[in-house]
Parts: sequence; C-alpha cells; structure tokens
Amino acid sequence: MTVSEQPLYRRLGLQDDEYDRIVDTLGRDPRPAELAMYGAMWSEHCSYKSSKIHLKTLPTDGPAVLVGPGQDAGAVDIGDGMAAVFKMESHSHPSAIEPYQGAATGVGGIVRDIISMGARPVALLDPLMFGPLTDERNRWLFEGVVAGIGGYGNCIGVPTVGGEIHFAEPHSQNPTVDVMCVGIARADKLATSQSLTANSGSLMVLYGAATGRDGIGGVSVLASATLDASSEESRPAVQIGDPFAEKLLIEASLELIDRGLLEGLQDLGGAGITCAVSESAARAGMGARLDLDAVPLREAGMAAFEILTSESQERMLAIVHPSRLSDVEKVCARWGLTTAVIAELVEGGGLSVTLGGETVAEVPARSLVDEGPEYDRPMAPPDATAMSSASNDPALLSFDKDVREAFFSVLTSPNVASKRWVFEQYDSIVQGQTVAGAGSDAALVRVPDSLKGIAISSDGKGRYGALDPYLGAAHAVAEAARNVAVTGATPLAITNCLNFGNPERPLVMWQFSESIRGMRDACLAFETPVTGGNVSFYNESSGSAIWPTPVIGMIGLLNDHRLRVPTGFPRPGLAVYLLGETFAELGGSEFAAAVLGVVAGHPPRLDLEAEAALLRFLQAAAAETLLASGHDCGDGGIGIALAESAIEGAHGFAVTVPGDLPAHVALFSESASRAIVSVAPEHEERLMSLASDHGVPLSRIGETGGPRVLFDGLFDTTVDELREAYETAIPRLLGEPV
Amino acid sequence: MSDGAPRIGVITFPGSLDDRDAQRAVTYMGGVAVALWHADHDLRGVDAVVLPGGFSYGDYLRCGAIARFAAVMDEVRAFAERGGPVLGICNGFQILCESGLLPGALIRNRSLRFICRDVFLRVETSQSVVTSELMTGETVEIPVKHGEGQFVAREDELRRIDDEGLVVFRYASGDGVTDDAENPNGSIDHIAGIRNARGNVVGLMPHPEHAVDPDVGPTGGQPLFASLLAAAMAGAGA
Repeated sequence: MTVSEQPLYRRLGLQDDEYDRIVDTLGRDPRPAELAMYGAMWSEHCSYKSSKIHLKTLPTDGPAVLVGPGQDAGAVDIGDGMAAVFKMESHSHPSAIEPYQGAATGVGGIVRDIISMGARPVALLDPLMFGPLTDERNRWLFEGVVAGIGGYGNCIGVPTVGGEIHFAEPHSQNPTVDVMCVGIARADKLATSQSLTANSGSLMVLYGAATGRDGIGGVSVLASATLDASSEESRPAVQIGDPFAEKLLIEASLELIDRGLLEGLQDLGGAGITCAVSESAARAGMGARLDLDAVPLREAGMAAFEILTSESQERMLAIVHPSRLSDVEKVCARWGLTTAVIAELVEGGGLSVTLGGETVAEVPARSLVDEGPEYDRPMAPPDATAMSSASNDPALLSFDKDVREAFFSVLTSPNVASKRWVFEQYDSIVQGQTVAGAGSDAALVRVPDSLKGIAISSDGKGRYGALDPYLGAAHAVAEAARNVAVTGATPLAITNCLNFGNPERPLVMWQFSESIRGMRDACLAFETPVTGGNVSFYNESSGSAIWPTPVIGMIGLLNDHRLRVPTGFPRPGLAVYLLGETFAELGGSEFAAAVLGVVAGHPPRLDLEAEAALLRFLQAAAAETLLASGHDCGDGGIGIALAESAIEGAHGFAVTVPGDLPAHVALFSESASRAIVSVAPEHEERLMSLASDHGVPLSRIGETGGPRVLFDGLFDTTVDELREAYETAIPRLLGEPV
Repeated sequence: MSDGAPRIGVITFPGSLDDRDAQRAVTYMGGVAVALWHADHDLRGVDAVVLPGGFSYGDYLRCGAIARFAAVMDEVRAFAERGGPVLGICNGFQILCESGLLPGALIRNRSLRFICRDVFLRVETSQSVVTSELMTGETVEIPVKHGEGQFVAREDELRRIDDEGLVVFRYASGDGVTDDAENPNGSIDHIAGIRNARGNVVGLMPHPEHAVDPDVGPTGGQPLFASLLAAAMAGAGA
C-alpha cells in the first residue's frame, strides 16, 4: 500500500488503535480537522505516550522546587523572592533537514517556553552532537546549526553562555540539537495555571506573527518518526524563524504579565493553535469556542487543518478578561504586534472550531491534552555479546606508543579541543550579567541587582550511554552537578533532554528505561530533582540509532558571585591537588576513542555517595575561599584537566601523576568524582582537614608557575604549545586559516 | 544642570538589545539614565544621547536603514546640530552612518561570521565626546559583538576622514600595534570608531557599555562614559 492509499489517520501518524480510541471518545467517525488535531496532540512529541510511564518514576520534589513538571518550564527558588525558570528541548529533526532554520527556531521555541512562565530569559545553552567533521555533510550541518543559533539568539538579546559539543559517528545522519533557556522572575509573578485563574467568558488573544503554511506536520511527521531518504522532502515541515518578532514578543509578554493584564499565557510551539487553545482550556477546566476566521493568515485559502496545526513561529496566546482587552491590545500595538481574539473560554469542556461559519471540529478539550494513549512498550536488553564487558576493556589493551603524542591526540580531538570557533559566534554578554560564559565548567549569570549568581551546566555522556545506559545517565547528572559545584555553587535541580532512537524497538525502550533509572538514582543522591524536560525519540535512520544520550541541564545557586572559583590557574606558586581517586578506567574514554579508535569496555564506576561528598566539599572549600582554581576531570582525564587549567589561566605547572598505574592509564583514565584544584600554600593545611572531614581523598601532585608544562617522568611542553594545539584543532578541521 | 548628575538618554528602537545595558553603564558611572522611545519626537531634555546596540527593526534591510526614519531621529539630528553629545554603539553607529551624521558604512565582517570577543582599541584622538579623558595612543579593552562591523567608506570620504582626523579608535594589540590579526572584522585602516568634524557625534562598533563593571568583563569602557558624562555636564546640546 503506498502512502497516498493509506487512510487519512495513518498519514497523520495515528495508529489503528489510536483511531479506535478517537471514535470511542467522540461516539462517531472523526472529521478530517479533528483527525489532524488528534494526530498532532497524540504524537509522541506532544503526548509523551511511550515515555510517560518511565518519567513518572523520576524525583520531582525538593525544598527549592517552585514549579515541577507539567508546566511550560520548571522553576526553583533562588531566595529574595526570586525564581529561576529553566527548560531544555531538542530541535534535532528539523536541524537534520535544514540546519540553520532548524536550530534557529529551536532557540525561539525554548525562549517562548520561558516567557510563558512570566520570566525574562537571561541565558541560553546549546548542547550539540554531530558526526565527525572529516565528513563534508557533517561540516555543513555543524556550521549551519551554529550559524542558526547565533543568527537567532544574537538578535533577541539573550546571551548564549554555554553548552557542549560532541562528535561521534552515530550522529552523522542524526545530529542532536538541544537548547536550554534560563529565565528569572519574581516568584510571586510566575505565570502558571495555578497562579492565574481563567474565567468562563474570558478571551483567547493570539498575538505576534501571522499564521502560515510553515511547520505543518512538524510534531507528527518530523519529530515523531525516523528520518529516511525522502526526509529532504519534509523541508516544508521545518518552520522559519523571525528573531525580531521574537524580541518584540519577549518585551510585550513581560509587560503584559508585569501589569497583571492576563489570566493565562501560553506559547505556540508544536501543534500550534490546537495545542495552545486545548491546553489553556483544559488547564482551566473549561472548553472553548475557536473561530478560525479570526486568525490572521499569511495567505488566503488555508484549510482548517492547516490553520489548526501550523507551527508558524513567534506567536503567543493570552487569556484575557474582556475588561482588559483594550489594555492588552495597546501594549501589543506599542510593540508593533498584531492581536486577534480567536476564541472564548466556555463552561463544559467542549472545544468547538468553526471556519467560514461551518463547524469543523467538536471535541472534548481534555481528550486532546490528558487522555491520549499511554504505552508500556516492550523492552529488551542487547545480546550479551554486544554488552560492555571486562574482556574488551581498553585499559587491558597493550599500548606502546609515545604518551606525549597520545596526549596531543586527545587534546586536539574535536570533543576536547577548544570550541572558541563556535562560542565566539554567539553574543554571550548582552544583558550585562555574564560572570562566566563558555569555557568555564559552569556558566555563571548574575541575578540583576544582587550578588547572587545562577550556575548552569549541560552535560551528556553518549559513549558511556552506548556501553551502559544506566551509567551514561547517572554520569551525566554527576558531571553536571560537579561542573556546578566546582565553581562553588550549590546544585539545585535539573531539566533534561532525552535523545534516543525509535521507541518501538525494544532495545531502544530498554535503553530509555535504564537511562531513567540512572538519572533517578543520581538525582536522589545529589538532591537535585527533575523539574521538567523533553523527550526526543526517533533519532535514527536506516535502522541505525544515536547512542542513548540523556542531556542534563543543571542549575545551581552561588549566593555571592564573587566567590566563584575560576577554571584556570590564576597565578604561579600554587599547590595543585587532585581530588578523588584514579582507577584503571578507560572504558568509553576519550583516549580509547581518539587514540585506540574504540568505543568499548565498561564506563567508569560511579559511587554516588563519594560523588555527593565531593560536591559538598567543593562548595565548602569555595565558601571558605580556599580554592584559587577548580576544574572537573572529565573527557580525557587529569592530563586534559590540567592542560585546560593551564591554558585558561596562562600559567604552566609541574606535576607528578600519582599512583602506580601505567602512565597512559593514569593520565587518561576517566574515573568519576575527581577534580583538579589549585590552592595557595597558606590554605593547604585547611584544605586537607576539610577534605578529611568530608571523606574526600586528595593528593598533592605539583605546583603552578612558569611557561612550561611538565609531567614528571613522562614528557614536557609549554603553555603556548598547548594553547596552539587546543585552539586551532577545530578551525583546521574546517579548513580555515589558523 | 539642576541637581548635578548629567541626564543621558538611551533610545529604544524595536529590536534594540543593549539599551538596558547602556542605561546600567550610565548609572554605574554616576549619570542619570533616561529611557527614550523611537516613536516620540522628544528627547526629554537630556544632556547626551546614546543609540544602543541591537538589531533595530530586525535589520532585515540594511543595518540602521529603517531606524534613521524613526521620529526620534529628527530630534537627534537637531540635537547633534546644536553640538549635543551623541554616541552610537554598534547598531547605533550603523544608524548614525545611515542618517548621514557620520561618514562611511558598516558591512558584513570579512569572515562572514558574527564575532563576540574582547578587543583592544587604540585611541587616535582625545578630541571627542568619548575620549576627552583619554590620551592619544592609549589602549582600552572593550568587547565587540557584531556580524556587520566592517567599516568601509568611499575614497573621497576616507581622504576626508584622514585629513580631518575623524578616526577615534583603531583595533590594535594591547600595546597599541595595529595589524590584521587584531582587526576582528576587516575594517579599512583598522577603523573601530569615528567622529564628526566637531567631535560631538561618535560612533563605534565595540561595546563600551559592556566594559564598565569589572565583575562581568573588562573596564575599558569606563573612560568613554566618564568623557561622555563630562561632555553632558558641559551642556553643549542644551
């Protein structure tokens, strides 16, 4: 049966049993526009039908949590009556087809999620994954995505302060493009369905851009199915962004909220008007009368289903009491935005839609939002032979090459090398609150008119996830927490973007379930609950999926930003300490991938209690201003962590790598729960007693100073040589003059 | 001046991004920041005007090409005519060029990419409203962030710029040496900022408002704002 011969509901992405469920709900055969609405709202992207059953097991409560999952974004208490609002999402599928607009509209979408909570967006981070840059198409995707993020983000006045970029073969067909936004609001002005009350007779005002034929089928066709050879034909399903309109939306929306003119606020994203109207009505426990003739259109003759599911960008929906309508219209007009009253809230829960005086849909609003299908999909672990095991442990492989050469191979691996080429294309300083941006373990954004800083880190561990999805997820949470704590901040809560293959395959569903289990255990151990996030399935093509890669967005609080611990060695004459212990753990390491060319073995163990102790110790040491610098040991192990602190601070060092492991194992092992810190001599005694109080093992491995970099007994080089290699690696791969 | 501190107006166009940042910098340096609106024929009696960075009206046509027609720009032209201090930063510089208040134009960076980084500027003259507190040859560290900051001018304009000493800043190394490596956008003759003949109107691509608060960046913008406040105090535009 060819696609066009299939019944309409299947072409809209609905399954046979889902169609039956619609017939049951309505008590009749659905009209075409109704099918389009269910197709969009019950898509994997909007309904979380395959993931919900697992997501429910995550911890979501904690003392700092103000808003948990279920709203447009989560929120945590940062004191003084202020809240940090944050959320992460993916725009991987559109970016795979049209990298510039796919990435740009991803930024726009996450920013509107933050606005719709009544918060001013203050920071963006972009975790990205691509195939190797040696491939021309991967370079096109990489350059297009980075340009799109900059092209949009730089024009809306929100600084892009971080993110991470990894390269691995499984992302060749399926780049991962996630984006996180953080906003700040007064806690008592947060716009949630609990804090705002919508009334029957209130109006739904659509404001912002006109509705066009772009983005139709975005959630059901693009985001909820695997990409294939014909995916390029889906290009019309990719939306086109207008950052200027978004900037006006930000200012107008915040003014509307600030002046108390609204009973509700909703962004228009996936599933467009259908989603915004039905969610607003369902959350208010009401129904709505929606008049499609009132929707400003970009072109005449659009069909009901097109207006209902268009994902045209830069639109918002406000719930407004009729007495406030003229005020709302005035604010929008001042910012040059068009408004249209498109619907009215009504008692009863029914959503009726008319076009040209004819009723095109009549469905219960709740049935679209809360009564979609939910699946407990079959799961199956991989064959024992494909599992990670001790027998292919890279630490056991013989290695007789030059350690210095291996070190530079790891340092210049695109996963480790400087991402300056990327982050200099982003405005990281607008709003004037960026204390630390990309290049720091965690970004630090000052809360305006206060000493507080919000620390933000995003981390994913694709290789570890490939070898053991439980550990991959747990390590991602641990690394994000460590990145926040090593700057001196207290980790508070996470958001996430869960990037996986096709959930209809039992192996993928098993990976998902294991990842959730790992995330849950780590979040419980660090007391960092999950306040929301996003699931991105179907990241595969021709049967080849991306590695299971949950990306964690961690937010933390530093009460006085001046206590921030920098990444780089700030001066000579400091003692260098390694916190934590090093074991022979090269499974899934950067060394194994970059030097040995294998992704194999078992990822490093993760002792959640030891990690939690390290996190507490790092915060305590920062609070006592004991640390001159601090840097997480991540990809590439202690050798790379030391090199990065030297490059960043422009001071060399001389160290002796501790322990009796073979040199390459000691240098490149990625054992968890470690950090490199530098300490002034007068603080060493106190540092040791504090470490002992917290049960954190530490070893003094050397001192900072001078232009040289010396690994005693192994090799030596200079800071300049390190910097040259580190900074030029990615431009070289892109064929640029360096 | 009634109560001492000079009042510095910062214009918000639709799409202005660094308007609040410019206001904060004015306040940080001891001035009174006054918000001005693009659609008003009113400068609210300020002593100096800042046109901030951003993407006015989306800059979908040519940077600054639409903003020059804003109602407030009539007032800015008249204010500049009277000798009032006017500073255009980044998009504000582009608007001043489009308005004919400054010669030349800004086109896409030679790399064709947006660039955000700290750079050093060498002061070429202290005869301007933002360099009176600086010495010729001194360098200041200030960030740039723009996609279209390559300064260009017709040959006759360039000659005039040279003859009349209108260059205020050039991109340079920390010790004041100009070369291509220090020039982030390919500007002709490494020009980062220029003035009008009278010195009361200055435009530059780098962002001095992001270089006053040491907690979040370098401090090379402080003397520029100190100079602007001093010029505003002198009340030339009143």
